[in-house]
Amino acid sequence: MSASQANSLRNGPDERGRFGIFGGRFVAETLMPLVLDLDKAYTAAKNDPAFQAQIDFMQRNYVGRPSPLYLAERLTEKFGGAKIYMKRDELNHTGSHKINNCLGQILLAMRMGKTRIIAETGAGQHGVATATVCARFGLPCVVYMGTTDIERQKPNVFRMKLLGAEVVPVTSGTGTLKDAMNEALRDWVTNVDNTYYLIGTVAGPHPYPAMVRDFQSVIGNETKSQMQEREGRLPDSLVACIGGGSNAMGLFHPFLDDPSVKIYGVEAAGKGIETGEHCASLKGGSAGVLHGNRTYLLQDDDGQIKDGHSISAGLDYPGIGPEHAWLHETGRAEYVSATDKEALEAFQLCSRLEGIIPALEPSHALAFVSKLAPTLPKNHLLVMNMCGRGDKDVFAVADHLGVTL
Amino acid sequence: MTTRLDKRFARLKAEARAGFITFITAGDPDFDTTLAILKGLPGAGADVIELGMPFTDPMADGPAIQASTQRALRSGASMMKTLELVRRFRTGDSDTPIVLMGYYNPIYHMGVDLFLSRAVEAGVDGLIVVDLPPEEDDELCEPAMRAGLNFIRLATPTTDDRRLPAVLANTSGFVYYVSINGITGSASPEARNVAAAVARIKRHTSLPVAVGFGIRTPEQAAEIARNADGAVVGSAIVDAIAAELDAQGRVKSGAAERVLAFVRQLADGVHGARATAAE
Ligand SMILES: Cc1ncc(COP(=O)(O)O)c(C=O)c1O
Repeated sequence: MSASQANSLRNGPDERGRFGIFGGRFVAETLMPLVLDLDKAYTAAKNDPAFQAQIDFMQRNYVGRPSPLYLAERLTEKFGGAKIYMKRDELNHTGSHKINNCLGQILLAMRMGKTRIIAETGAGQHGVATATVCARFGLPCVVYMGTTDIERQKPNVFRMKLLGAEVVPVTSGTGTLKDAMNEALRDWVTNVDNTYYLIGTVAGPHPYPAMVRDFQSVIGNETKSQMQEREGRLPDSLVACIGGGSNAMGLFHPFLDDPSVKIYGVEAAGKGIETGEHCASLKGGSAGVLHGNRTYLLQDDDGQIKDGHSISAGLDYPGIGPEHAWLHETGRAEYVSATDKEALEAFQLCSRLEGIIPALEPSHALAFVSKLAPTLPKNHLLVMNMCGRGDKDVFAVADHLGVTL
Repeated sequence: MTTRLDKRFARLKAEARAGFITFITAGDPDFDTTLAILKGLPGAGADVIELGMPFTDPMADGPAIQASTQRALRSGASMMKTLELVRRFRTGDSDTPIVLMGYYNPIYHMGVDLFLSRAVEAGVDGLIVVDLPPEEDDELCEPAMRAGLNFIRLATPTTDDRRLPAVLANTSGFVYYVSINGITGSASPEARNVAAAVARIKRHTSLPVAVGFGIRTPEQAAEIARNADGAVVGSAIVDAIAAELDAQGRVKSGAAERVLAFVRQLADGVHGARATAAE
């Protein structure tokens, strides 16, 4: 190993699945053999060129990759500073980055001989992407979704059903993403023989955070070569929203060893971090253990998990991927936040100025861009991850704006 | 070091009977009711007591224990109050082992060292922490052993012979065999499979093997007790506690007595098991 590889920030996790003190495999004994199996199977697949070729083929012909790197001229002009590029993952089949991960994992599940797929979903984007690949490859699919989320993401619930998935409402807790994840884990311990748990973000026990990151890294890898083509150099800063952190990890990871590239993750500040009603695990939480890994969590004095709040169902998770916790503590990435209100404004601005209706999740990233860009020089190259389109959100947004459809 | 758990299982062995292990959630439905039930459990035939530490996200538990956890948290349960329950129990009983069962986060949040010293001081004997497999032993298992507590591990149908030695390595007190793949309160195990699994585990360890998950009736408890060193009943007792709440969620009077009467029936099932088998 060369010296530069030894010092790389891209080597994590270690063999215990740790990024610094974060990550790990905090799961019940029933699941431990399955998690070890998955690790072995993924390592083998990763090193198999045929597996990679299969993914590449489907990404080109089914997902529609590469997604464009688009210069948002009117937003650039409006903010009056940095040059704003958008990585257009909202143009992917199913409308978000989630399909990048689902494609990789379903091909892995089939290599492992699994015959039933389960998933959790918050906004429903991961549920839709999972239901999509299950339909495409002919595997039965069960999606766990909190009742609160079912209410605010109705179009996606219907989409999943059209795609042949069974959507199981989860009433425990507050009926949001963390509760859906608990229920999916309960299904997995009950159906260990045939079932593959297709986790939708860079969370869960090792190897999920690393594996999901790897499948999403196509975002950053494409960005790197597209920017090279357009501008002949690296971008100066990257901005992405964070629910569990998969679209962000996918954009960030290929750039971790390029110190000139500033990295910003945008958490959901909900009604404001000071109100306590938010989903900013790094800014407003502390270290803990949930869903198989150690990371930053929203929790009370007794170590009980607190429910988050965000206008965006996809960001409504009380944790964050362990690699982000580590990037935060080492200072390689900076984590900021945007409120519901700021995201709603960015949502409308982007729709009017660029003709792109963004999902509420990346609207948080754009809200931060609207503050950052004006402070930067005009030759500064900023990339924000437009990780989802807003079709799923139009009803909710109309509601917030007091419009009856 | 001989712990309360070691002594209890040695005595059960000498008396040639299986142990009856009860699970209730601390603070379900409130502190006082838990304390009343706790104090009555040894008299109702419990040989070992598992006391659940409530956690908002009990990923390995089924609806009954999830609901009990919610009731407890709503009535103000906390780690400090759970330890206080143990302390109060100990003032009247210095023989019955108490094992705290739950998830890692509330312990981690308190701080492992602080938690361990408080647990030892309160009179806790062992810990079962569902989301700490042997791969994470340096987190809590090793410090707990150094503090003199037993760390009881779960073995499951997915724990194959290759993995068993690792699971048993740092286990002490007893081994808890989870008789089915699944969550608490789900399907009942087949006695035949349980006997084979207990025999398999005993090829790897001399520790007592208790069996739990899915045992609901005195008959099922007796069946398990014929094949294992202990039978654990949780969800069925927790359901009996839930049945003591009126429509407004208030505890009916005489609740603890009725719950303990049900526990007594289960205990009779376990304790009569070998006698019936010998007839
Ligand atoms: C469009 C979109 N962006 C972001 C997220 C948040 O997930 P992550 O942080 O893993 O990218 C979601 C989740 O549903 C989503 O649908």
